[in-house]
Amino acid sequence: MLTNIIEAQNIDFYYGDFQALKGISLSIEKNTVTAFIGPSGCGKSTFLRLLNRMNDLIPGTKLSGKCLVNGEDIYDKSVDIDELRKKVGMVFQKPNPFPKSIFENVAYGLRVNGVRDKVAIRERVEESLKDAALWEEVKDKLNRSAYDLSGGQQQRLCIARALAIRPSILLMDEPASALDPISTSKIEELIHSLKRNYTILIVTHNMQQAARVSDHTGFFMLGELVEFGNTKKMFTNPQNKQTQNYITGRFG
Amino acid sequence: MEKLKHNERELKIIKDEVAEMWRLVLSQLQKCKQAYLTGDAELAREIISREKRINSFELKIDSDCENYIALFAPVAVDLRLVLSLMKISGALERIGDFAEGIALHVVEGGSQQLAANLKEDLKIETMFDIVISMLSDSFVALESENTKLSGRILQKDDEVDSLYREGKDVLAEYIKKYPEQGRNALETFLILRRLERIGDHCSNTVEEIVFYIDAKILKHSKKKQGAAENALDEP
Repeated sequence: MLTNIIEAQNIDFYYGDFQALKGISLSIEKNTVTAFIGPSGCGKSTFLRLLNRMNDLIPGTKLSGKCLVNGEDIYDKSVDIDELRKKVGMVFQKPNPFPKSIFENVAYGLRVNGVRDKVAIRERVEESLKDAALWEEVKDKLNRSAYDLSGGQQQRLCIARALAIRPSILLMDEPASALDPISTSKIEELIHSLKRNYTILIVTHNMQQAARVSDHTGFFMLGELVEFGNTKKMFTNPQNKQTQNYITGRFG
Repeated sequence: MEKLKHNERELKIIKDEVAEMWRLVLSQLQKCKQAYLTGDAELAREIISREKRINSFELKIDSDCENYIALFAPVAVDLRLVLSLMKISGALERIGDFAEGIALHVVEGGSQQLAANLKEDLKIETMFDIVISMLSDSFVALESENTKLSGRILQKDDEVDSLYREGKDVLAEYIKKYPEQGRNALETFLILRRLERIGDHCSNTVEEIVFYIDAKILKHSKKKQGAAENALDEP
């Protein structure tokens, strides 16, 4: 039985001459939330972006090692990147809805993937907005511009947009850092409820957020995965001195 | 010396308060021993009047810990320290209460009404000495952040316990022999009981220090001693 949905095996990653990741190996179980923490430039976002090949867009990058998603090497030549990104969705730091209606934002992924059936699209939009805990707030104004929504609502809209194509993995790069505490707590609540159907990886600078939402935490520093393990253990009794210094704010 | 960060300074303030409370309780216990053994009611009254200070220490430390947790959201070693300081101050407060109880007994003249050799037979002085050394050794353990001696301190609690058990037999015999001294003997039994409880609370403080420093839980564990001795062996 395959329970590890993601397996990184000894990954090195370079931006030009700069080595951003050094020998990263880790396994992530299905339907768990994993948080990555670490100082700016430590490689945590780079690692996250590897998982749906977002880094391919940056010229001069080089990768070695293996990265398996559902047992398949996603850097194999035979892999179709569009197919990969359907399975591995991403939500960014700043909400980035398209300049379209609320409905069209969520329907977008379905339309570009060739879904034509209007009823099916409608159903999926509603379901995704419900999953993203936004439906009740927008159901009467689906044709309004996405830009009319608040920042927190826009972020949940982006999550709904990612969910609409039914990914199995959701990558979140600081999804709440631009949001107020109320919106942040809604996103965190959402992460909890999405865990049932998705595997979630989240990069965050907010240590308490990592502690609150995740099952496992990885601490990166200078491109290395210093410690990776159970979140409760990490925040009560980290095994590595560097981890302890970082999470207790004794750094620099 | 490296400059402490804001959150470290705040935590150090609480740690220093606990240290001050600790010194106060230790001195109460030392005076208590002297007052009991010599029947010095004056000294006993001094103990009773200083008990209030111990209580206010506990309240202050509780509230400082609550604020620290609310404002700094501590994790890892900081969280363990603040939790253990809270529990240690609770244990110290209880020790202070027991010392006050013994002092009250002295003020009432109870310690002078027993047959002279009974105090020796009960080894009350030894019990005092052991709990005082437990309390001062665990203080040193916290100050030096060294848990090497924790096993030895916890072992002393077993000695207190067995003196307590032996004392019960001695008192039972004594009551048989001098039934008219029954009430006094019962009062004395309560002294033994308080000393035994003080020993337990001293053990609790040691367990909290091991929790803080080694992230190990010794509480309610049968292999306490072994665990404490091995505390430093594992990462």
